[in-house]
Amino acid sequence: MTADLNAAGLRRDEAAERLALFGLASPALLLVLIVMVLPVGWLFYVSFVGADGGFSMENYARMVREKSYGRIFLQTFNVSLLTTGLCILIGYPLAYFISGLPTRIANLCLITVLLPFWTSLLVRTYAWLVLLQKQGLVNTWAISLGLWDEPIKMVHNLTGTLIGMVHIMLPFLILPVYGAMRAIDRDYLKAAANLGASPTRAFWTVFVPLSAPGLFAGALMVFILCLGFFVTPAVLGGGRVILVSMKIVSNIELFVNWGAASALGVVLLALTFLILWVASKFVRLEQLTGGGH
Amino acid sequence: MTDQTKAALPITVRNITKTYGRVFALNDVSLDIRSGEFLTLLGPSGSGKTTLLMVLAGFTRPDRGSLTFGDREVIRTAPHLRDVGMVFQNYALFPHMTVAGNVGYPLRLRGVAKAEAGRRIERALETVQLGGYGNRRIDQLSGGQKQRVALARSIVFEPRILLMDEPLSALDKKLRDRMQIELRHLHEKLGMTTVYVTHDQREALTMSDRIAVVNHGRIMQLANPRDLYNQPANRFVADFIGDSAFLPVQREGSTVSFAGQPLTLAHPIPDAASLLLMIRPERLRLARDITEGMNTFQATVTEVVYQGDSFLLYARTGDGSELAMRGAIRGGTVSGLPATGDRITLGLDPADTVLIDGEEVRR
Repeated sequence: MTADLNAAGLRRDEAAERLALFGLASPALLLVLIVMVLPVGWLFYVSFVGADGGFSMENYARMVREKSYGRIFLQTFNVSLLTTGLCILIGYPLAYFISGLPTRIANLCLITVLLPFWTSLLVRTYAWLVLLQKQGLVNTWAISLGLWDEPIKMVHNLTGTLIGMVHIMLPFLILPVYGAMRAIDRDYLKAAANLGASPTRAFWTVFVPLSAPGLFAGALMVFILCLGFFVTPAVLGGGRVILVSMKIVSNIELFVNWGAASALGVVLLALTFLILWVASKFVRLEQLTGGGH
Repeated sequence: MTDQTKAALPITVRNITKTYGRVFALNDVSLDIRSGEFLTLLGPSGSGKTTLLMVLAGFTRPDRGSLTFGDREVIRTAPHLRDVGMVFQNYALFPHMTVAGNVGYPLRLRGVAKAEAGRRIERALETVQLGGYGNRRIDQLSGGQKQRVALARSIVFEPRILLMDEPLSALDKKLRDRMQIELRHLHEKLGMTTVYVTHDQREALTMSDRIAVVNHGRIMQLANPRDLYNQPANRFVADFIGDSAFLPVQREGSTVSFAGQPLTLAHPIPDAASLLLMIRPERLRLARDITEGMNTFQATVTEVVYQGDSFLLYARTGDGSELAMRGAIRGGTVSGLPATGDRITLGLDPADTVLIDGEEVRR
C-alpha cells in the first residue's frame, strides 16, 4: 500500500476508463464536427460578409430595415403555432384513445400512425394537392353530397398549408404523448375516483397533468420542426404563405445572395436555440429523445 | 464441492473512502474479515453497505484505500480478474441461456473442458437442490429456484470469496426463512469467506458469524449477533436492531439512577458524557415474575395488544417515559393480563439492564 492509499492509481484507472469510452465516441464526434460544426461555422462566417467581400453587418441590417422580413418571421411563427395547436387538438385525444387499448392493438394503431413515414414527404404533399384542389376529390365529393355548392379553395393558401403540415407533423406529437400516457399508472385514476372525482374531473386534474411533460415535449418538437419546414408549405402554400425557409431558398436561387440566406439561417438557428433554452426552464429536454425518467 | 481444496481467503479493508460530490458513501472504512467467516453488512438504505460490497466486487472504484484478498492487493484489479463469486439482488441470470448455460458460463470463461464442466455444473446444481434442472429455461423457474441457480452460478467455479447483495429480498417470507437456514448450511459446507448485505436485521442475526452495522458510510459496530443485540455500542445500533425503549438516567460517580432510584448493574458503565438506559420489550417482567435483586419500574398501562404468539403491553412511567413489554402467552395469561389504566410494577434483570452512550453518532 502506498502512502496516498492508492488514491493516485485509482484516479489514473478512472481517467483511463473515461478515455477509452471517449475513444468509442470519437468517430461520431468527428462526423458531427465535419457535417455540423464546420458548415454552421461557415454559414455564420458567410452571413457577415458583405457584397464587397469584407466584414459587414449588411445582411442583418437588411432584416431590420425591410418590413417584409419581419412579416415573414411573424408568418413563420404564426403557421408553426397554428400547426402545433391543431396537432395537439387532434393528436392528444387520439393518443388517449390508443393508450387505453390492449397492448397488441395499441401497437398496431401506432404502426398506422407511423405508416406515413414510410412514404416520401414529397408524394404525401402532392397527394394533398390532388385531393384539395378545385377539381379535386374533396371538392367534387362534397358538392355531389351537397355539403357545399361552389368548389372551396383549399390549396395555395393558409388552409392547405396547415392541412399538409398538421398531417406531416402529427406523429411527432402522438409518439411522446402516447409514451407519457402509457407510463401513467391507472391506479391514480382509480384513486381519484375513490376520492370523489368524476371521470371528467379525474381526467383534468390527474391524467392531463401527468401526461403534460409528454405533451410539452411533443409540442416543442413539432413547433421547432415547423420553424424550418420547407417542402410542404412551399407546395401547398403556392407562394402565398411565405416562411423563412422559402425566403432562404429565394435568396439563393433568385438573387444568388449567399450572405443574406446565411444570415436568415443563423437567425433561425438562434431562435430555435432560444426556444429550447426557454423550454428547458419548464421541462426536461431528455423527454424529446425519449430518455431520462 | 465437498472435496473443495482451495482455502478460503481473509479480506482486509483499509481506509476506503468513496465520495459522490460532497457526500461520503464510504468514510474511511477499515474492516478485517476472517477467512471462512460469514460477515453481514447491515444498515438502512443509503448507509453505504451496498457501496462497500460493490467496492469488494470491483464495480465501484473508491477514491482511496486498500483492499486485499489474502495477501493480494486488489483495489485496482478489474472485476473480472478478482475471482469472487457474487449473487445479485435480482439474480442477473442470463435470460437467453438455460440453467446449465448460466451455471456453466463462468467455467466456459475459465476454459474448463466440456466433460469436466458438465460434471461440475451438475454437482453445483445438486448442492442447491436443483439436480436435473440443467435444461430448463430461466423463465420457467420460480423465484426460489432462480435464487438457487444464481447461487449455483456463483459457487461453481469455487471462488474463495462469495459476495451476496440482498439475495433473499425478492422472495416471500416463508421461503426467505427457509433459504436463510439453507444458505447458512451451505456456507458451513463450502467454507468460503462470505460477505452478505441486507437491511433485514433478523436475517443478519440468523445467518451471520459477525455483523457490521453500517450507517453514514461508517461502521457503527462490528460484533457477533449476541453482543450486537445485548450490548449495542451506541444509540443507532440499539435503535436499528430490535425494539427498544430509551430512558434518561443520571450518573453520580459509580451510581446510575433512573427517576431518583439507583439501578443495580451487572455490566460496566460505558465511558460517555450522557447515558441512556436501553430496555428490550421481551426482557421486562410482570410483577409475578419479578425476583429479588431486579430493577423495578412503576408505570401505568396505556395499551395492551394481543398478537397471537405473544402480547405487547405499553406503559408510561412516572416521569413520562414510554415503555414496551412483550410476554409469552401460555394457558391463563390472557385473562390474567393487566388492563389499560392499571398501575403496575415491571422488573428488569441487572444482566438485561444495559446502559449505552446517549450521544448521536456524528456524521
